[in-house]
Amino acid sequence: MSAMTLSVVLIVLLALAVVSIRWLAALDERNPIGRFGTPLLFGVWVLVFWQLLVDGFDVPRVLLPAPSVIGHSLLVSLPVLAGDFTQTVLHSALIGLVAGCALGFVVGVLIDRSPFLQRGLLPLAALASAVPLIGIAPIMVMWFGFDWHSKAAVVVIMTFFPMLVNTLAGLAESGHMERDLMRSYGASTWRTLWSLRIPVALPFIFNALKINSTLAMIGAIVAEFFGSPVSGLGFRISTEAARLNMGLVWAAILVAALAGSVLYGVLGWLERRATFWHPSIRSGG
Amino acid sequence: MSSTTASPTVEVQGVSVVYPAKEHTVTALANVSLNIVEGEFISLIGPSGCGKTTLLRVIADLEQVSSGSVRVNGMSSRDARMARAYGYVFQAPALFPWRTVLANVCLPLEIHGIAKEQARQTAMQHLERVGLSGFEGKYPWQLSGGMQQRVSIARALGFEPKLLMMDEPFGALDEITRDRLNEQLLRLWEREKRTVVFVTHSIPEAVFLSSRIVVMSPRPGRIVDVIESGLPADRTLDIRDTPEFTAIAHRVRVALQDGHGGEH
Amino acid sequence: MAVSTEGKSLWWRFGPVITIVAVVLVLWYATAIGLNSAQVIERTLSSQPGWSALDLARLTLSMDRPVLPAPHQIALDLVDSVFGWPLASPRNLLYHAAVTSSATLLGFVMGTLLGAVLAVVIVHSRTLERSIFPWIIASQTVPVLAIAPIVIVILGSFGLTGLFPKAIISMYLCFFPVAVALVKGLRSPGVMELELLHTYAASASHTFWKLRVPASLPFLFPSLRVGIAAGLVGAIVGELPTGAQAGLGARLLTGSYYGNTVQIWSALVMSALLGLVLTGAVAVAERALTPGGRK
Repeated sequence: MSAMTLSVVLIVLLALAVVSIRWLAALDERNPIGRFGTPLLFGVWVLVFWQLLVDGFDVPRVLLPAPSVIGHSLLVSLPVLAGDFTQTVLHSALIGLVAGCALGFVVGVLIDRSPFLQRGLLPLAALASAVPLIGIAPIMVMWFGFDWHSKAAVVVIMTFFPMLVNTLAGLAESGHMERDLMRSYGASTWRTLWSLRIPVALPFIFNALKINSTLAMIGAIVAEFFGSPVSGLGFRISTEAARLNMGLVWAAILVAALAGSVLYGVLGWLERRATFWHPSIRSGG
Repeated sequence: MSSTTASPTVEVQGVSVVYPAKEHTVTALANVSLNIVEGEFISLIGPSGCGKTTLLRVIADLEQVSSGSVRVNGMSSRDARMARAYGYVFQAPALFPWRTVLANVCLPLEIHGIAKEQARQTAMQHLERVGLSGFEGKYPWQLSGGMQQRVSIARALGFEPKLLMMDEPFGALDEITRDRLNEQLLRLWEREKRTVVFVTHSIPEAVFLSSRIVVMSPRPGRIVDVIESGLPADRTLDIRDTPEFTAIAHRVRVALQDGHGGEH
Repeated sequence: MAVSTEGKSLWWRFGPVITIVAVVLVLWYATAIGLNSAQVIERTLSSQPGWSALDLARLTLSMDRPVLPAPHQIALDLVDSVFGWPLASPRNLLYHAAVTSSATLLGFVMGTLLGAVLAVVIVHSRTLERSIFPWIIASQTVPVLAIAPIVIVILGSFGLTGLFPKAIISMYLCFFPVAVALVKGLRSPGVMELELLHTYAASASHTFWKLRVPASLPFLFPSLRVGIAAGLVGAIVGELPTGAQAGLGARLLTGSYYGNTVQIWSALVMSALLGLVLTGAVAVAERALTPGGRK
């Protein structure tokens, strides 16, 4: 269609979009249609305008492919992307996440009894959060090879410190009264840990888990920019971008985005089940 | 603080406040009428849910009435608020932690557009009146609860409103601090003769401070009794042990029980 | 961590960190000897009869391309690079640090401004808050850095290379934490404080500048720290896809291509130092702008 017609259509649709979004947004706070519908509708309209603008104004594929093109690439390359997903998300990110968090948790529990070690490690943890740990990727490749093991190692290093810091903070959170209560029962250190201090620490631990899930995905993908075998989401993105195969690049990014949000969502769900008693969850989080 | 006019400072006429809720509506105030005369210290006392705080907030234009009218200084409550006719003290100090004590007291003056230097001088005077000279450079978290609440009162004196409204200002403090602050507040009121509307759920506090005590009861919120206090003007805390004090406190207690009348 | 440090001796304060660092160094040297020994034995010592442990130690700690360089090797390489070459030379790590940090800082400034503007708009518009803000929060769960290659390629096709694309990536990474934290901070004042201003008949502008903005600062500063650290990562990653010639990320990449481990570690240490300087600057700014030493 001509530029004139297209512009008119766009303006009409824009008006429609604004009206519909404003209407939904004005609905009462607690109404789930309003709460979930408004951002969803916003997203739908974005897709609509994206498609129309790219198609209508013939935007070059290199710049921005239309949603339909991305969807098509996704379907066509599903097997390839599934392999990438397994490599990056299931192997590098998840295994690294589990290992790094477990390590951080265990070390946290162990040094909980030693204020000396805490005073030594916590400043280092603060330093680590300021430092681009992702730079360790090429070294891990040298030590562990190009496959997912080196990427998982990067993830372990990135997720260790946030979990350590949060475990310690969580363990410190149980109050004096409650600990005295356990002492009056003659409970051993491990029993107190298990029945009191770890449950109290759970909100902090989940906080770290959620932060770490994002770090794990980033670490796994970006570490592949430094060199990877023939599969992996990061690998796919960088090589296909170099070949200007943008449809596939965006499809890979979409897979990564979905994986990241799903992982975060699962952790959020687990958190609500495990820490239902905490005020922040009770008041609606 | 010029001479009085014939009409009362605050006129509440047939005010009702009704909240629509899921199962049944909540009537916070049912057809309440009250006149408050200039210069008097009037307490609103009653159990939770009796509407005393709601009544205060309605006068302060912090809440809307469902029916009835409120007039403050002859104006609607909203106009009175826009004309900054009163000072309001909340249950908690509500001080801004990033401002010093002095800067906190200056806040209403700044908003009112008063020049900085003049605002500082006025604020220093207010702090002196509540006995906090020397603390102007401190930050709120460096002060005790009682001192913070005193700063909050100094701030409420801000642009010298004729009407002071206080919502259980000493409720969170320990009894000893509370006694001291009660005495200070009484002295302040005697010196300056502002109109004070004071919400409390402590009978001794109401009897000690007020010239009139309004007893309220809940479900629905309404006034049960209004008791004139005949206590002498320059009273001290010792008056709490006298028979006159005990008699008034007894009247208040009876009124409270009547209002609660076999309920709950 | 909330223990007061008043009246505590220097040993109490610095002893633990020094101990841990010392232990790490000892372990590092031991590991270096261990990891490098295979190569050393194979190449050099097998042809020398009767070599001692001391020989092994000496040789493993001074290899050209070790599996794990010794700390002193890295330190020497850093010193040599920084002081042995003019600042504008690509052999000087400070040159690369400057390239990366300029992209980081530009991105940081742009991202913070953008995040602040968006936060202010969101706080004042219910429509935008309910339609866009959920996406901004959700986007934090998405590995945003995966977009880096696309940004580089797209901007490259416009002829924009070098500093700008990297700054765009950094900006993107700074923007999210700042926007989310500022929205939370601007909305943090409670009902009581808002009603207080209501009793002063304060205008919306008064409420914004005298209440919301000061109340949002404790939320803003930690997010600035996170933002600038993320921006640095973004700038480094931005140097990877097209194999840039300058910058710390480029040095890491070339080091790994040529197997030059010492170069990799030097670039890594320099990146770490840069990260510390940048976040330290934000911490200093925070202390300067927070009245009365309030936490």
